[in-house]
Amino acid sequence: MAIQARELTKDYQFGFHDEDISVFRTAKGLSPEVVAAISQHKKEPEWMLKFRLKALDHFMKRPMPNWGADLSTIDFDNIYYYVKPVEEQSRSWDDVPLAIKNTFDRLGIPEAERKFLAGVSAQYDSEVVYHNIREDLEQQGVLFSDCDTGLREHEDLFRKYFGTVIPPNDNKFAALNSAVWSGGSFVYVPKGVHLDIPLQAYFRINSDNMGQFERTLIIAEEGSSVHYIEGCTAPTYSNDSLHSAVVELIAHPGAKIRYTTIQNWSDNVYNLVTKRAIAHAGATVEWIDGNLGSKITMKYPSVYLMGEGAHAEVMSAAFAGTGQHQDAGSKAIHVAPNTTSNIVSRSISKGSGRTSYRGHIKVLPKAHGAKVSVRCDALLLDEESRSDTYPYMDIENPDVTVGHEASVSKVGEDQIFYLTSRGLSEQDATALIVNGFFEPFVKELPMEYAVELNRLLALSMEGAIG
Amino acid sequence: MSGTPTLSVHGLHVSVDGKEILKGVDLEVPQGEVHALMGPNGSGKSTLAYALMGHPKYQVTAGAASFDGADLIALPADARAKLGLFLCFQYPTAIPGVTTVNFIRAALRAQGKEVPAREFLNRLAAEMALLKIDESFRQRYINDGFSGGEKKRSEILQLAMLRPRLAILDETDSGLDVDALRTVAEGVMQLAGPDMGVLVITHYPRILQYLRPDRVHVLHAGRVITSGGAELAQRIERGGYEPILGAVAAAPVA
Ligand SMILES: Nc1ncnc2c1ncn2[C@@H]1O[C@H](COP(=O)(O)OP(=O)(O)OP(=O)(O)O)[C@@H](O)[C@H]1O
Ligand SMILES: [Mg+2]
Repeated sequence: MAIQARELTKDYQFGFHDEDISVFRTAKGLSPEVVAAISQHKKEPEWMLKFRLKALDHFMKRPMPNWGADLSTIDFDNIYYYVKPVEEQSRSWDDVPLAIKNTFDRLGIPEAERKFLAGVSAQYDSEVVYHNIREDLEQQGVLFSDCDTGLREHEDLFRKYFGTVIPPNDNKFAALNSAVWSGGSFVYVPKGVHLDIPLQAYFRINSDNMGQFERTLIIAEEGSSVHYIEGCTAPTYSNDSLHSAVVELIAHPGAKIRYTTIQNWSDNVYNLVTKRAIAHAGATVEWIDGNLGSKITMKYPSVYLMGEGAHAEVMSAAFAGTGQHQDAGSKAIHVAPNTTSNIVSRSISKGSGRTSYRGHIKVLPKAHGAKVSVRCDALLLDEESRSDTYPYMDIENPDVTVGHEASVSKVGEDQIFYLTSRGLSEQDATALIVNGFFEPFVKELPMEYAVELNRLLALSMEGAIG
Repeated sequence: MSGTPTLSVHGLHVSVDGKEILKGVDLEVPQGEVHALMGPNGSGKSTLAYALMGHPKYQVTAGAASFDGADLIALPADARAKLGLFLCFQYPTAIPGVTTVNFIRAALRAQGKEVPAREFLNRLAAEMALLKIDESFRQRYINDGFSGGEKKRSEILQLAMLRPRLAILDETDSGLDVDALRTVAEGVMQLAGPDMGVLVITHYPRILQYLRPDRVHVLHAGRVITSGGAELAQRIERGGYEPILGAVAAAPVA
C-alpha cells in the first residue's frame, strides 16, 4: 500500500487516460436530434423517448440556478452527451477489451470482486461493460443491473418507479439527466430479502468532454434491506467535464436502504447530482456521502419521510482544496408523524478551497412527534480557506424536537504542537487531525473504502503545510 | 552519577506574545539524573518546558539550549522528539477522532521505533496494565473527554511506549489521587535510570519521595535562583518560598 501511494503523482491519482476506443458517440452539444439518437441507439420504448424529449424541453426552458456555486463556465454545447465504448455488454471478464481491462485493473476492480463483492457493475463511459451478479442473489430474486438493462428486461417494474421520486422538471440538472441519461444501476430487492454484503458499482468518466449522466434506481420492497456502494474516479482533462447524475431510492414499509458514495472527481469536473429517497412507514434510508475532488460539487441527498416512524440518516464529508467548491448538504422532509432525521456533516477546506453546508429541514403540519437533529462541523486548514453554513428550517408543527449544532474551527496550534512534540512532522500531524475530524464518517465505511479514503485524504493534503 | 550534561541551558530568554517570561535561565541535567524544578505559580516553569520542547509560540530571544551537544533552538519540535526529548504536558490537548492506539503507533513510526503490530499491541497492553489504564482507552480519542487524572496517566503511557532520553514532567502529579500518584510515580521510576533522565516540575514533595531527585532547582521570575539537594524540596514544603527568596536576595550576586 505504501509503495503504491508513493508511486502516485502529486496531481490526480487516477488521472491516467486510456486510448479512446468508443464505437458510438453522438455529436457534441444538445438537441432533440441528439436525444432521439440516444434513445434510438438504445432501442428504447416510445414512452422513454417522449420522457427524454419532455425533459429536454424542461432543461432548455429553465434558467441556471442562481444560488449555490458558480456554474457560469459550463459550456453545454461543448459536451458529448452519449458515448458507448463497446458493442455489447459483457458478463465475463475475458470479454472485456484490453484497454478497459487495464483501467479496471488499475482501479482494482476484479481483485475487489474476488474478495467479497456481491456483484460488480462497473460503468465505463456511458455504458456498463462488465457486469456480474452472484448466483445466490439471482436466486433470491434480487435484480442488479445497469439501468438500461433494467428498462429493457423489466420494463413494467422500471416504469412504475422511474422518475417518480425525482421528476424531470425537479431542477435544471435533473431535467438534463432525464433527457440524456445512460447507465447507472438498477436494483430491486424483493420483500423480506436482506442483503448482508454490499452491492458495488464503479463509475468513471473517460472521454474528453464527455458528460456522464448515469441514473440509479433502487427499490427495496417491504422489510428488505440493501447496502449499495459506489466509488467514483475520473481522469484529468484539459476541458471541463460535467457529471450530472440522478439517484432515486424507494424504501417500502420497514425496508432499509443504505447508499454509500465516495466521489473523487478530478478537479475539472462539475459534479451536479440530484439524490432523493422516499421512506415509507418504519423504513430507514441512510445516505453516506463523501465528496473529494471535482471543481464544483452541488449535492444535497434528501429523504422524504412519507410514512409513520420513517427514519433518515445522512452523513456527509467534504474536502475542498484550492480552486474547489463543495456545496453539499442534505434535506429531510417530515411528512408523517414520529419520523426522525439525523444529519451529520463534516467538511474541510484547504488553500482557497471552499465548503458550504446547505441544509433544508421541513416538518409538515401532520408530522407530530418528529425528531430532527442536524450537526455540521467545518475545519479550516489555513487563512485562505472558507466555509459557510446555510441551514434552512421550516417547522409547521409545534410538537417537534429539533436540535441544530454547527461549528467552524481551525486546526489548532496546540494540537499541532502536541503531535509534533511526539515526533510527527507538521504535515503528518495535520493529516492525523484531518483524519480524526473525518473519523465519524470513515467509521461508517467498509474497511477497504476507509483505507482508500484516508489515502486520498493524505494525497489531497500533500504540500498543505510548509 | 553525574556525567556530561545531556540537557544544557544557558542564559535562556523566552518571550510569549511579545512578553518576556524567562530572563536568563541556567540549568544542566546530566545524563540519567533526576532533577526537580520548583517555583511559585507563574514563575515560568511551563514556559521553560514548552520552550525546550519547541512550541512555536515561545520565542527564544537570547541564550542557548542544547541536548547531547545538539543545538535545540534551531530545531522544530518533531526533531527534538527524535533526539529523545519528551514532555508530559500540564494540560494535554485533545485530538478528536484519533485513537490512543493509532496515535502512539504513529509516534513510534515517526521516531523510527516501529515494531511489528503484535509486539506493539502486547507492549501497549503490558504498559497499560502497569499504569492501571483500562483497555477501553486504546480506542478512546486521545485526551478527548479524559478526566484530569486519566490525561496524566495517558501521558505516562506515551512516555513508557516512546522511551525518550529525557522526560520533562510538567506537574504530572497535580490532580492525581494518592493511589494514582503512586502508580504514575512508580511508572516513571521504572523508566528513570541511566537511559532516561527526568526533569520533574512540581509543587509537592510527595512525588519527589518516589523519584528521589539528584538536584532541586527553584525558578523565580524567569530565573533559576537557587539549586540544592533533595532537602531543598523539604525546606520549601515546610517554609514556603519566602525564606529562600530572602536568602538569595541577601547573598552577593556571583
Ligand atoms: N501568552 C501569554 N501572554 C502573556 N503572558 C503569558 C502568556 N503565556 C504565559 N504567560 C505568563 O507567563 C508566566 C509564566 O507562566 P508559566 O505557565 O510558565 O508559569 P508556571 O511556572 O508553569 O506556573 P504554574 O505553577 O501555575 O503552572 C505567567 O505569569 C503567565 O501569565
Ligand atoms: Mg505550569
